[in-house]
Amino acid sequence: MPLKRSDFSLKTDKVAGKIMAVLAWLSGLIVVAIAAGLFIKSLPILKSQSLGTLLFSSSWFPLRGQFGFLPFIMGSLWVTGTAMLLAVPLCLLTAIYLAEYAPRLVREGVRPLIDLLAGIPSVVYGLWGILVVVPWVQQAAKWFNAATTGYCVLSAAIVLAVMIFPVIIHMTVEILRAVPWEYREASLSLGATHWQTTKKVVLRKAFPGILAAVVLGLARAFGETMAVLMVAGNVARSPASVWDPAYPLPALIANNYGEMMSIPLYDSAMMLGCLILLGIVLVFNILAKLVLMKAQKALQ
Amino acid sequence: MDKRRLEEAVMKGLMVASTALILAVLLLILLTIFIRGAKAMSWSMITQTPRGGFYLGKEGGILNAIVGSFYLATGSTGLAFLLAVPVVLYLNVFCRRGCRTAAVIRFLLDVLWGVPSIVFGAFGFILMLTVGLKASLLGGIVTVALLVLPIMCRAMDEVVRMVPSELLESSYAVGATRFQTAVKVVLRQSSGGILTAVLIAFGRGIGDAASVLFTAGFSDQIPQSLMRPAATLPLAIFFQIGTPFPQVQERAYAAALILTAIVLAASLLSRRLSRRWSRHSIR
Repeated sequence: MPLKRSDFSLKTDKVAGKIMAVLAWLSGLIVVAIAAGLFIKSLPILKSQSLGTLLFSSSWFPLRGQFGFLPFIMGSLWVTGTAMLLAVPLCLLTAIYLAEYAPRLVREGVRPLIDLLAGIPSVVYGLWGILVVVPWVQQAAKWFNAATTGYCVLSAAIVLAVMIFPVIIHMTVEILRAVPWEYREASLSLGATHWQTTKKVVLRKAFPGILAAVVLGLARAFGETMAVLMVAGNVARSPASVWDPAYPLPALIANNYGEMMSIPLYDSAMMLGCLILLGIVLVFNILAKLVLMKAQKALQ
Repeated sequence: MDKRRLEEAVMKGLMVASTALILAVLLLILLTIFIRGAKAMSWSMITQTPRGGFYLGKEGGILNAIVGSFYLATGSTGLAFLLAVPVVLYLNVFCRRGCRTAAVIRFLLDVLWGVPSIVFGAFGFILMLTVGLKASLLGGIVTVALLVLPIMCRAMDEVVRMVPSELLESSYAVGATRFQTAVKVVLRQSSGGILTAVLIAFGRGIGDAASVLFTAGFSDQIPQSLMRPAATLPLAIFFQIGTPFPQVQERAYAAALILTAIVLAASLLSRRLSRRWSRHSIR
């Protein structure tokens, strides 16, 4: 009977739809589960000490039960900040070149190459850092009369900057190319040069989107672990210059997974470290995403 | 007038210079890894497991890490695939275009994408503690599957979204249900893009170190079951570069060469295949 068969497929359709809806919501809620899991695991240390002491004290003596995260937060800020200073100008210049100036052939040849950079695993970047960047920084420090082993903020920042090139460039090129051609034509027909048009029309129009791209790069750099762990030096003291070693938050977590179960509260402190990291990265990501959505609406 | 031209020339010069610099850095990285790795490469490197411990050296190679990485990346990509396909079909076929639910889930998946891999590692570790699992291949597979899930969903979503709505409508018009349309029309139409998504996820999964650090552990042997710890290429690089023995460091260079080659091959292959597979789709 044909009626029964269609009945069956309708029922299948309904059941399948429900199952898929559940799966979709489950995968969407993973991020919530991560935050909740980390929070529950960091409750013991939050109960024993105030959040203020944990965040702003710089005495890190797990054996005595003192967990001040300040040196690690400062380490992360130094490394990420220096990396952004290096990466942002280079990325913007390259992105503007690729989007506005480069001939089509160059653009289509270079963009996949830059995307290739995004695929290289972070340990490989770290290895490159050890083999090339660290000795180079050690040499460079002599010109500045600074003493360093090469395993320092600057090395980590250089490696990180290279890692976020593709993130920022890819997005910025896309945002610049989304600016309607009519704007450029209007400006050029008024007698403005190509650069004047880019500077005063295109960049102004694309500014929020570019900002979002930079913030996404920042979030990526802040959470990056392995490459930084391999070249930053890992000394638990707030750095005072780019030649000092740093111990960023992700490196701390990665380095101490072995002994964290053997010291009381240590594992809880590590999970709090993860929670802080997650919080900072998520705030950046969500802000960037909101700005981007607004910018896209404005461009349409 | 002159000043404007000068500014134009200076800015253009800077742009070309920075583009060249970035490409030069890419080249430098690849050359460093390939030249250093090629020197360390030998037949025993890829056919033997380490003898006398991965940290202490002696004879042997990195077969344990190569096989472990393949197990781990294949398992986690497969697991993520099983979850990603229904999610993406739900978002694009069962939800109407522009519906709220789909927007919220897409946003949450984007947020998940931004989570650092060390946090995935810690979360996987918590999960394993809760169910009483020790560092094992299974723990690593589940954690990396969570890590690549948003990447895969997003990549698939982008191609499935491109399926023309006329195609869906003609399927409905001949009496197919949404589920039948999703499986028989939408999946087939976007098979090229789905393959690309799988390869992208594989490349990302095999290269990630921070998430397997807590969860998959490390071992000198090739894992015989899901409950045994497994070595991975990224961790082989990380641990072996940290030893004082030059002989062991050679293994790190070889591992880096193999890992980079696998990741680049996956990335190039995905570009190739997506073009070839999309030949048969209706435009």
